[in-house]
Amino acid sequence: MSPLSVLFGSLGSAVLTIALGAVLILVLPRIIQWGVIDSVWSANDGAACREATGACWAFLRAKFRQITFGIYPPDQQWRPFLAMILLFACILWSLPPRNWGRSLLVLWATAIAAFLILMQGGMFGLALVPSAYWGGLPVTLILAVSALGIGFPLGIVLALGRRSAMAVPRILSTGLIEIIRGLPLVSLLFMSSIMLPIMLPDGMAIDKLARAGVALTIFSAAYLAEIVRGGLQAVPAGQEEASRALGLSWGQAMRLVVLPQALQKVIPPLTNTIIVMVKNTALVLVVGLFDLLSSGKAALTDPAWPSPFTETYLFIAAIYFVMCFGISRYSAFLERRASIGTAR
Amino acid sequence: MKFLNSARNWAACAAAVGSLTAMATAAHAQQTVEQIKQRGFVICGASQGNVGFSAPDQSGAWKGLDVDTCRAIAVAIFGDKEKARFVPLSGSQRLTALQTGEIDVLPRTTTWTLRRDANGLNFSFPNYYEYDAFLLPKKLGVTETKQMKGASVCLQTGSTTEVTVADLSREFKLDLKPILFDNVPATRQAFFGGRCDALISDASALATARATQTKNPDDYVIVPASGHYEALAPSVRHGDDRFYDIVKWSFQVLIAAEDLGVTQANVDDQLKSNDPRVQRFLGVEPGNGQALGLDEKWAYNIIKQLGNYGEIFDKHIGQNSPIKLDRGPNKLHKDGGLMFPLVFN
Repeated sequence: MSPLSVLFGSLGSAVLTIALGAVLILVLPRIIQWGVIDSVWSANDGAACREATGACWAFLRAKFRQITFGIYPPDQQWRPFLAMILLFACILWSLPPRNWGRSLLVLWATAIAAFLILMQGGMFGLALVPSAYWGGLPVTLILAVSALGIGFPLGIVLALGRRSAMAVPRILSTGLIEIIRGLPLVSLLFMSSIMLPIMLPDGMAIDKLARAGVALTIFSAAYLAEIVRGGLQAVPAGQEEASRALGLSWGQAMRLVVLPQALQKVIPPLTNTIIVMVKNTALVLVVGLFDLLSSGKAALTDPAWPSPFTETYLFIAAIYFVMCFGISRYSAFLERRASIGTAR
Repeated sequence: MKFLNSARNWAACAAAVGSLTAMATAAHAQQTVEQIKQRGFVICGASQGNVGFSAPDQSGAWKGLDVDTCRAIAVAIFGDKEKARFVPLSGSQRLTALQTGEIDVLPRTTTWTLRRDANGLNFSFPNYYEYDAFLLPKKLGVTETKQMKGASVCLQTGSTTEVTVADLSREFKLDLKPILFDNVPATRQAFFGGRCDALISDASALATARATQTKNPDDYVIVPASGHYEALAPSVRHGDDRFYDIVKWSFQVLIAAEDLGVTQANVDDQLKSNDPRVQRFLGVEPGNGQALGLDEKWAYNIIKQLGNYGEIFDKHIGQNSPIKLDRGPNKLHKDGGLMFPLVFN
């Protein structure tokens, strides 16, 4: 179809095109006026921004490090930088299916250990930085990675448990899934950060970040479990029976025959939950952790600047969008790959 | 902060449960000072960014009135203001964090209330008195509430300021017109957009809004609203009186120094002062330090490294800061405020 017939092919699309065009003509000049023409790109303090009618991008330049790394000690900020690069590299390496295998597990275990050592320090001559001082993007990343990296296998176990013929694992899994699903994430975070320390024996304390990480992991596991179970329901029972008849153990049948088919069927809802969980990490703001969003909010309180909320939230939104859109494109690639055998 | 929101209910709930465990922790709490010395630093609760009180600056260093209140304790114990660490806490977490031992002391804009005091906390002297106030354009020429006849006031629904406005209106027959919004940013935006004549909130919050959201902060004035004050005070756990004493008196040092005229700049000259009160205060005539189990130079060190209360107030929220909040009730008693110096004897 030619572009013209796409835009004006029918009465409906012609009306839509004209309406959207009008909105663009009305809105776009204002955005450009605000974001580019009237904006302040560089300034040492907020004085120029107070005068300007446009966006205060200079604020982001001045506060870039504070927003990205939170309250991490400034002279040590190469450490969260390196730790972030490490995580990103691992994520990129894990994407191509040919890299999937046992060695990937070893790589991730090493990477997470290296991440924690880099951030926490206290060994190899690195100064100790307790997790109360971590902040910004590294916190968001490690929370997302642990919530999904540990939550996904846990979700598979729960899904298999719920379908089990044995009563004990079935009741346990069903109970856990239903309880966690019945609670809002915010209340889970409150429970882990306020009620849990009170219930622990005196003198025993679990790290605040770890507590929030565990809450996010359990939450994502419960949701992922139901998606995986949906996939398992869609695999005909004959598949498992045939595998068992060929002499495979139950574990082998699941791992080699049933689960690969089940997971392929549920890529879109899996992607959905994964993206939701990446964004849910921003909720740790309510329990006093300096993730990306809280760091941005803390930077905004500086009275030397005129609190450019819009610019800061746009910047943070852009970072989230890049992450979530990346996940979405990757899942589209996996879907295409999965459908090679069946597509026409 | 005075919003009747769920965070408050959570805090109340957590405090109630916390009090059950407070008794269990008492046995261990006796050695808070020893724990701090062994660890090498004091751990204080801080906010998630409440500028002027506790907020990380561009380089990640914590700054503010509450932060310096904590640093004074660090100086008293270690003689070094850098021996303090800060844990950012949300409003609902802060009391639990203190009761479970995650932090040693909580200097974080916490109002001293009966129930908090009864449920496992001991409050030290208030380091800041908060009050409701109106923010008004200077060109209206209003200097006190009584002149606000017929004014429209922007405020949040469900906040205690709603009651304040209704009471004031009735008491002084002002016929104030409340204009309600459901969140803080919307309320402020409406006021700065000219939707109402005045904005009501906590004085410090108004001063911050004035500093950050106006083109020219000098175009606006802050007028105290009701004459009701809330005392914001640092608190410690029940069960360790010695640490409680150190927290109380390391703040008193700041007040007493201002009363005696001892400043960060002149503290070295004051060592030679003939005034016996100053001599006892600075430890020239020893005894005070030993009584608390501290170095005799502890008060000298606090002022040398941090300055007195007036200097700290001015630096973070007063005239030397962008916030420019009047001392108001936070003046010394002899200047007409509520800050009362005790005897260092």
